[in-house]
Amino acid sequence: MLPYLARRLLLAVPLILGIIAFNFFLLQLAPGDLADVLASEQGGAAADAGYVAELRKAFGLDLPVLAQLGVYLKNVLTLDFGFSHRYGVPVATLITERLGGTLLLALTSLVLAVAIGTALGLLASRRPGGIVDSLVSVLSTVAYSAPLFWVGLMLVVLFGVHLQWLPTGGFQEVTQVPLRGLVLWGDRLRHLVLPATTLALFFVAIYARMTRASMIEAMSQDYIRTARAKGLSEGRIALRHGFRNALLPLVTMVGLQAGSLLGGSVVVETVFAWPGMGRLAFEAVSNRDLNLLLSIMLLSSFVVVAVNLTVDLLYAWLDPRIAVSA
Amino acid sequence: MSRLIRALMVTAALAVAGHAGAQQKDTPAYGGTLSAIVHPEPPILSPLLNTATPIVLVATKINDGLVDYASDGTIVPKLAESWDFSKDGLTLAFKLRKGVTWHDGKPFTAADVKFSIEEGLLKYSSTGKRIFKTLAKVETPDDYTVVLTLSQPTPVIYRNLNSQALWLLPKHLYEGTDIRSNPWNAKPIGTGPFRFTEYVRGSHIALDRNPNYWEAGKPYLDRIVFKVIPDAAGRAAAFETGAVQFGQQHPITFADAERLKKTGKFIVDTRGYEFSPTWFWLEPNHRNQYLQHLKVRQAIAHAIDRGLLLKTVWGGYGKPAVSPIPSALKPFHLGEGLQQYPFDPKKAEQLLDEAGFPRKADGFRFKLTHDFIPYGDDYRRTGEFVRQALRRVGIDVTLGSQDLTTWLKSVFTDYNFDLISSWGGSGADPQMGIETRFWSKARQPGTAWTVVSEYKNDELDAALEDAQTQVDPQKRVEDYNTLQRIVQRDLPLIPLFEVDWFSVYDSRLRGLTDTPNQRADNFAGVYFASE
Repeated sequence: MLPYLARRLLLAVPLILGIIAFNFFLLQLAPGDLADVLASEQGGAAADAGYVAELRKAFGLDLPVLAQLGVYLKNVLTLDFGFSHRYGVPVATLITERLGGTLLLALTSLVLAVAIGTALGLLASRRPGGIVDSLVSVLSTVAYSAPLFWVGLMLVVLFGVHLQWLPTGGFQEVTQVPLRGLVLWGDRLRHLVLPATTLALFFVAIYARMTRASMIEAMSQDYIRTARAKGLSEGRIALRHGFRNALLPLVTMVGLQAGSLLGGSVVVETVFAWPGMGRLAFEAVSNRDLNLLLSIMLLSSFVVVAVNLTVDLLYAWLDPRIAVSA
Repeated sequence: MSRLIRALMVTAALAVAGHAGAQQKDTPAYGGTLSAIVHPEPPILSPLLNTATPIVLVATKINDGLVDYASDGTIVPKLAESWDFSKDGLTLAFKLRKGVTWHDGKPFTAADVKFSIEEGLLKYSSTGKRIFKTLAKVETPDDYTVVLTLSQPTPVIYRNLNSQALWLLPKHLYEGTDIRSNPWNAKPIGTGPFRFTEYVRGSHIALDRNPNYWEAGKPYLDRIVFKVIPDAAGRAAAFETGAVQFGQQHPITFADAERLKKTGKFIVDTRGYEFSPTWFWLEPNHRNQYLQHLKVRQAIAHAIDRGLLLKTVWGGYGKPAVSPIPSALKPFHLGEGLQQYPFDPKKAEQLLDEAGFPRKADGFRFKLTHDFIPYGDDYRRTGEFVRQALRRVGIDVTLGSQDLTTWLKSVFTDYNFDLISSWGGSGADPQMGIETRFWSKARQPGTAWTVVSEYKNDELDAALEDAQTQVDPQKRVEDYNTLQRIVQRDLPLIPLFEVDWFSVYDSRLRGLTDTPNQRADNFAGVYFASE
C-alpha cells in the first residue's frame, strides 16, 4: 500500500509540472496580454506614448516566453505564487480568500448530490417500472437536461423574488455586520441553499440513474439469492450485499465531480454572485492574468491528483478483489 | 479669475432636467446603509493606476479631490478652499483646507499633493500624463499652498482637477515604495467622507462613515456596501428584493428597468452623466479596398436607421448622433450646419453603384466583416442590426465575435478588421475622449482607443493641436467645430448615436444625481428621505 502511494505521488510531480507548462503555452496562444487589458480599461485617455510598453516591462511580459515560464516555475518551487498585477495583491491572497467559499459550495453540493441521488436511485430500484421509479426517472431527466443557469434563475425567481424566503445572491448578509455565532451560520446556510441545490441537481440526476441501474443489476445476482435463502432481512440484503457492490461506478462518478470542484461552477457562481474560484479563474483567463491562472491550475491539478488517488484506494476498500500494488 | 476660466464656467452651465421624486425637499436624515451595485468588479481601488468606471465609483467615496464640479459645471471647493488661476493660464495656485486628516489620523498637507502629482500622476497615470503634459513644476511655499506652473497653457486641465483625474496619495504610506504594487492600492486610506472597511473579493466592498470628515455634519449615511453581482438577472432580482438600492450605467436590462420603474419604488434616472457623455460609432478600416471610398462610407451611414436601432436594441435610451461630439458636451457640440446622413437605403444603393460596386449575381456587392466590441448582449444585437441594414443595400457582412482581449489585440495592434462598432466616453472636455479618435499623431499600435482607421487630415490635426494650448475659449470651440465639420464630411468614422446611461435607485434616496459626474461624487450628501 505505502510503496503504491509513494509511487503515485512521485508520478504526480512531472504531471503537475507538465500541466503548468501546457497551460502556460495554451494561454500564450490567446491574443493579447494583461498590458492590453489594463490599457484598455483607461478608456479613451490611455493614449500616452509608451504606456503599454511600460506596463509590459513592469509585469515582466517583455521577457522571452521561456524566460517567463522559468521565472514562474522558479517562484513556485520557493512557494511564491507571484503577484497579480491586475488585482494588486499576491496571488496566494486571492486564492486563499476564495478557497473557503468554493469548498463550502462544492462540498455541500457534493454531499447533497450523493445523498439525494443515491436515495432516489435506491427507492427507484426497489420496484422497477413502478410509480416511484417513473417519477424519479422523469425528475432526473429534467434535472439532467435543464441548463444550470436556467434552473438557477428559476429558483431565484421563485424562492428569492416571489416567496422572498431566501436571498437571491451573495454568500452572506453584508449590509448588517458583524454577524456572529449561530446567526452567522444560519445566514450562511440561507445563502447556500439555492446555489448548492442548483449545482447538485445535475449530479443528483446522474447518481439516481446510476444507482438505480447498478442496484437492479446487483440485486439480480446469485449472491443475493443466496442471501435471501439464508433468511436475511430485505433491507440488510439491499444495503450490505446489493448497495456495496453497486457503489463502484458511483465512486468513479463522485471522483469526477470532486475533480471539478475548484473551477467547475462558473455558471452557478455567476448567477448567485458567489465569490468562488470558478469566477476567479474565468476572470483570470479573460484578463490574461497569467500568474493567477497558472496558480489556480496548479491547485486544481493537486486536487485532481488527490481525488484520483482517493478513488483508487476506495475501490480497493470497497471491493477487496481489486488489488493495489506498486 | 481669468477670462478663460470664467468663460468655461459660464458656458459649461449644463441644463439639468427637472425630475419628480428626486426634487422633493426633505430634511436630510442621518443613518442607514446604502447597498449599491458595482459592475464589473473593480480589480484595485486606485484611480491613479486604473481609471475604469467601477474603480472610480468606489474610490471617490474614500478620497476627496482638490476641487469638484457643481451641477452647472462650475468648480467648487473640496480639499482646496480657494484658488487663483493666472490670466495667461500658466499658474494654478491652490489654498488647501486646514485641519483635514487622512483616515489614519495623519494631517493632509501640500506635501501630499506635490508627491501625488510628481511621483504618482506623472509616472503611473496615463490620463494624468496627458492632462498634466505641460506641467513644469509643483511648488509648496507652505504646508497649505500648492502652486502648479505650466510651460504652456492647457485648458483641458480645468475640467480635470477632481479626485477622478487628480488622485491624491497619502505621502507617508507611499513614499519610498513601489507605487504600482503598494498594498494600499487595494485598501485605500483617503480623506473622503467614507472609510474603507473591507473588500471581500467577488462579494462586496464595505465603506463606513468617516466621523472626522472635514465637512461638518456630513456624510449622512452610516455605511455604503458595493455588491459585486456579475449576472444581469441577478442584479434585477437584487433590486426587487430590496437587497440593493442603487446601480449606475445600465445596471440592469432595459426591459427590467421599465418593469422596476412601474413599481413606483425605483427611479430610473439619466442625469448625472453630463461630464461623461458617451457616443457609439461604427469605425471603418480605411486600409480596406472598399471602405477607403468616401461614397461607400456615406452609403453605410445612409443605410442605418439610427432611430430604429435605438428603439429596438437600446430601449430608447439614447438619441441619433448628428456629430462626433455628444450634445451633452456643451459648448463644444455643434448641433447645426453639419453634413448629415439620414436613413435612406435608396440613396445608399445609388452611392454604392456610383462608387463602382454594383450588385453581383448573388445579390451582394462585396463582403465585409464587422467585429463589435464584446461588452455584452446590447453590443452583439447592435452588430446584428448593422449586418441586417448593410445586407439590405447589398453589403454582405459577417459578424465576428471574440473575447475582449482578442478584440483589443486584433483591432488596436494588428489593425485586422473591416468594421468595428464601439462606444467611448468623450470626457468632460473633448480633448480627453474625442481627440484620440481622430488625431493622426495619437495613433500608436498596441494602445487601445487610439485612431485605428488610418485616416489622416492635416487640417484636422492642426485644429486639434491648436485646441491643446488655445487660451481663447471661443477659438478653442471653433477648433472643435472644425473637427465636427471635417468628420461629418469625410466620415473617418460614422457616429451612430449618443448613449443615455441610466441609473436605477430606490425612490427614497436623495442627492445621488446632483452632480454632472455622479460616478465620481463622494456621496457625502446622499441620504434616505424619511417617509
